[in-house]
Amino acid sequence: MSTPTPSPAKPLPIPNTETAPFWDAAREGRLLVQRCRACGEHIFYPRLLCPHCMSDALEWVETSGRGTVYSFTIVHKAPPGFRDEAPYAVGLVDLAEGPRLMTRILADDLDRISVGLPVEVSFTSAGGGIDLPVFRACS
Amino acid sequence: MTRAGPRDDFRDRVAIVGVAESELGHLPHRTELQLHARAAKRALDDAGIAKSEVDGILSIGSARGVRFPSMQVAEYLGIVPSYSDSTSLGGCSFEAYVQHAAMAIAAGLCSVCLITYGSTQRTGGGSFGGGAEPWLPASQFEAPYGLPMMAGAYALAAQRHMHLYGTTREQLARVAVAARQWAAMNPLAFRREPITVEDVLASAPVSSPLHRLDCCLVTDGGGAVVVTSRERARDTAKAPVYLWGSAESHNQTSIGAMPELTVTPAAITGPRAFAGAGITPADIDVAQIYDSFTITVLMTLEDLGFCPKGEGGRFVGDGRIAPGGAFPMNTQGGGLSYTHPGMFGIFLITEAVRQLRGECGERQVAGARLALCHGTGGALSSGATLILGSEPR
Ligand SMILES: [Zn+2]
Repeated sequence: MSTPTPSPAKPLPIPNTETAPFWDAAREGRLLVQRCRACGEHIFYPRLLCPHCMSDALEWVETSGRGTVYSFTIVHKAPPGFRDEAPYAVGLVDLAEGPRLMTRILADDLDRISVGLPVEVSFTSAGGGIDLPVFRACS
Repeated sequence: MTRAGPRDDFRDRVAIVGVAESELGHLPHRTELQLHARAAKRALDDAGIAKSEVDGILSIGSARGVRFPSMQVAEYLGIVPSYSDSTSLGGCSFEAYVQHAAMAIAAGLCSVCLITYGSTQRTGGGSFGGGAEPWLPASQFEAPYGLPMMAGAYALAAQRHMHLYGTTREQLARVAVAARQWAAMNPLAFRREPITVEDVLASAPVSSPLHRLDCCLVTDGGGAVVVTSRERARDTAKAPVYLWGSAESHNQTSIGAMPELTVTPAAITGPRAFAGAGITPADIDVAQIYDSFTITVLMTLEDLGFCPKGEGGRFVGDGRIAPGGAFPMNTQGGGLSYTHPGMFGIFLITEAVRQLRGECGERQVAGARLALCHGTGGALSSGATLILGSEPR
């Protein structure tokens, strides 16, 4: 008889001074990105300087939470920590405001997910005080 | 062939004079440093150059292996260099190292550069990414979603390519089948038993649309390449191979930051390398294209200009890249069937050099005079292209 090995922990975000506003807002059900006051571009992931114009005049703004699926994959061979969840869909979503982010695409039928699918954000608790933004088809 | 490129640039001052693998495969008794060292010794012997002449060292290891690679490898081999380089571009670091070695030699910083790689990814572990490194953006904003790395990143690109261009899983599978056909002619290849398109389609799903046989091997192993000045190359053990063109670039690190997943850094490096060499894709006799995944090959062939954007699936779909086809590619069996110890880029160069020397036996491409190597690193992050010739440019 072998002793069952404990399943490895899932990697969770560890907020720092650069990212805490994003994760704090996520706990309140709001999806924030940064916007550059100098050039007007929306930015994701959060950083100190605008990658377009290098201005440090960045502000946090709330997004519409809507976007479209840029691409996706159905994960069958999941990394450690995720194996009991497979199969599941990981996608890249282009927000209406411009930035692209990685996320889960939730669907009752994973076969219904497609490139270009309009989606909207919701939040799911990942433990450790972290709520992850996830997306599903617009209702 | 015309010589339209700029004349007498740094690439014209050097030659590749030695190449080798270490042991390859399943090597639980080996450390990464031993694999660097074994490959280094064999490559220097291949060149007929003594270790005492080496004054440039360019090394990288697996993500969790040797830290400070060029320093550690030089110490292990007993080398005190005047040029040292561990630029970290993932799997294409080695194509970039040939360019860096050429620059360093042409600038007079050194005269014999030793490029090494070693990894025990198969027996020693060392997968990429996913750890708790909160200072890295991908650790906060990608790792929590459970994308398997690297397959998941390339799967996102494959899905998008299928959506935009109608690429099919059968077309992707052709890349894996051709690699296995070439590997059957390479005694050093890890997997040599024949496979069919149906085998690839029926293999276990990893991250859709990629299945097990769309993914490169996980092996142990290492390789090494010796670059020296044109003058020193006049007195080496084998015919020198010349650097006609070279270029390196990167788009991003993590896949979520890639502007368009179907356009790789080869779209930048390919045209630059061809322009420097003064040739066109049609002039290439044999190509070594990093095949981390089947989709990598399709997109790279498009971006290098071997076929129009979106046509990669049709390009490989009629046996063109298989033995006997019009476009000999990955003639040692590639990362899909020959070996893939974490990074494959060094083995693109070893095979290209052997093809240009005419050393490849059963799998030799008759009369090969110009070879292209294109490495891809990370999550389609980086790319580096070399164009090599059996004669000077
Ligand atoms: Zn800006």
